[in-house]
Parts: sequence; C-alpha cells; structure tokens
Amino acid sequence: MEDANSTRSSEINVRGLTWVFLSGLLFGLGLTISGMINPAKVIGFLDVAGNWDPSLALVMASGLAVTVPAFHFILKQQRPLFEAKFFLPGKADIDPQLIGGAVLFGVGWGLAGLCPGPALAGITSLDSSVLSFVAAMFAGMLLHYFLLEPRD
Amino acid sequence: MEYFTPLSAALGGLLIGLAATLMLWTNGRITGISGIVSGVLIPSKTDTAWRSYFLAGLVLGPIAYTTVSGQGLTIVTQASPLLSVVAGLAVGVGTRLGSGCTSGHGICGIARFSKRSFLATAVFMLTAMITVYITRHLVGGP
Repeated sequence: MEDANSTRSSEINVRGLTWVFLSGLLFGLGLTISGMINPAKVIGFLDVAGNWDPSLALVMASGLAVTVPAFHFILKQQRPLFEAKFFLPGKADIDPQLIGGAVLFGVGWGLAGLCPGPALAGITSLDSSVLSFVAAMFAGMLLHYFLLEPRD
Repeated sequence: MEYFTPLSAALGGLLIGLAATLMLWTNGRITGISGIVSGVLIPSKTDTAWRSYFLAGLVLGPIAYTTVSGQGLTIVTQASPLLSVVAGLAVGVGTRLGSGCTSGHGICGIARFSKRSFLATAVFMLTAMITVYITRHLVGGP
C-alpha cells in the first residue's frame, strides 16, 4: 500500500520534515503516556479471559475521536500543506493476503505483546526481548520483500 | 479491571490521533508504522527522508517523556528473547502481507472508513486475543 508513496521525496522541504518529526515525537509520547509501550499492559488488554484491562480500547477510541473528524476535513483539501498530493493506499478489495497477514500479525502481537510502533519506541530501553523482537521484525519484513512480494 | 488507566489511555490516544493528523495534514501520508519502517529497510524503496524523521521522533518520544517527567519507562516483557524472535518474525511478515498494523489499519484506515482496515483490525485483534488465551490459559505462561 505505501508503495504509492514513492515519488518526489526530494521536494519535501525542511518545514515539512520538521512537522513529520513532530508527528513521530507525539506518537512516541502518546504510546508512552498511554502505557501501550509496555507489552505487559497490552497483554492485559488482549487477555479478555483474565484480569481484563480495557485501556488499549480507550487509546484507540480516543485516537479515532481525533482522526475520524480530522481526516474527513483534511481529505477535503486540495493537497496537504507541504506536498503536491495525498498519498493514500490504493487497494480497496479484500484479498487472502490481507486476512492471512492480519492473522500472522495477530499471533505475533499476542505472543509478545508488541506491535511495530511500541516495539520501536521501546528500543532505547535496551530490553533484550524488545531488541530481539525488533531485529526479527526487520528480518520478517525483508523476508517478505525478497520472497513474497509480487514483482512487476 | 484493577489495571484500567482511563485518563492516561485517553490522553495518550489523543496524542496518537494528533500525530496521525499532523502527518496527513502536512505530509499527506498515512501514519502506518510498519509501512514507514519497511520503507526505510528496503533499499529499493524511496522516500527515506520523511520516514527517517518520523522514526527519529518516535524513538525520541519516550526519552522526552522520561526527561521531562522524571519518571522511568515501564516496559515489562513476559516473552523470552527466543519467543520474541518468533513473534517479531510473524509481525514483520504479517504486517507486510496484510499491508499494515495497529496504527495504519487501526487508527488511520478506520478513520478513512476503509473496508480493508476494518476487517484487518478485527482479524488481528481477535487472533491476538485467541493467542493470549492459548498461551495464558491453555498451556500456561509463556
């Protein structure tokens, strides 16, 4: 999906990159403050049969309370502030890859309590499980690229 | 529900929503972490500049928090490094195959009312819950 993004990166100006950096910073802060950077807390949400912690659901609901109206408004604009156009995922149909990928992701998420954002945000903790997870995630992405991604 | 932290969850979610909003508004892109990371990893892909800036911010976010608040980072991992490798591989392949993760599908895709993202989010949530049920309640702790 993000492949559609590959155009004219050189034209993004410094002001644009500053906002992108700020976006990353806010995202990392949000993961930290919400506690989603902590795998034990994420597992607490996924463990519906145990001592359930609904926090993650509230994090998502709260995030969506911002993005649903904001995206609606932004996507009505001609173009973003510092780019010539919007870069949105092109695929619209449900395919087996989507379901299979989501299943595989769900298994990994449940096993470690880590998904890509919190795992990367947590690398400076130097926790051996977080570092192992991130290294393997990189390997998995490369594996997919070299073995599974369809070539034009 | 003794571990429920509604205030910090709502505040953190708000910041995550703002982050995704800033990205779309200024840069016109979807804040999908798995897509952003793989774009930097895979050499043939372009657009590494904005992806790197985002990732730098993402990694510095927790450091900014601990510096300003004076509190430590709470990261408790229950999976062994070996199990983490298995999990990381599954997440790496799965998020590429399924075109996204919790951020791209769960926060941004649903906000665009994408049918694919609704379905993917439901599937990975359910699968993760089943996985935790199996590892926690059927075969004991990880």
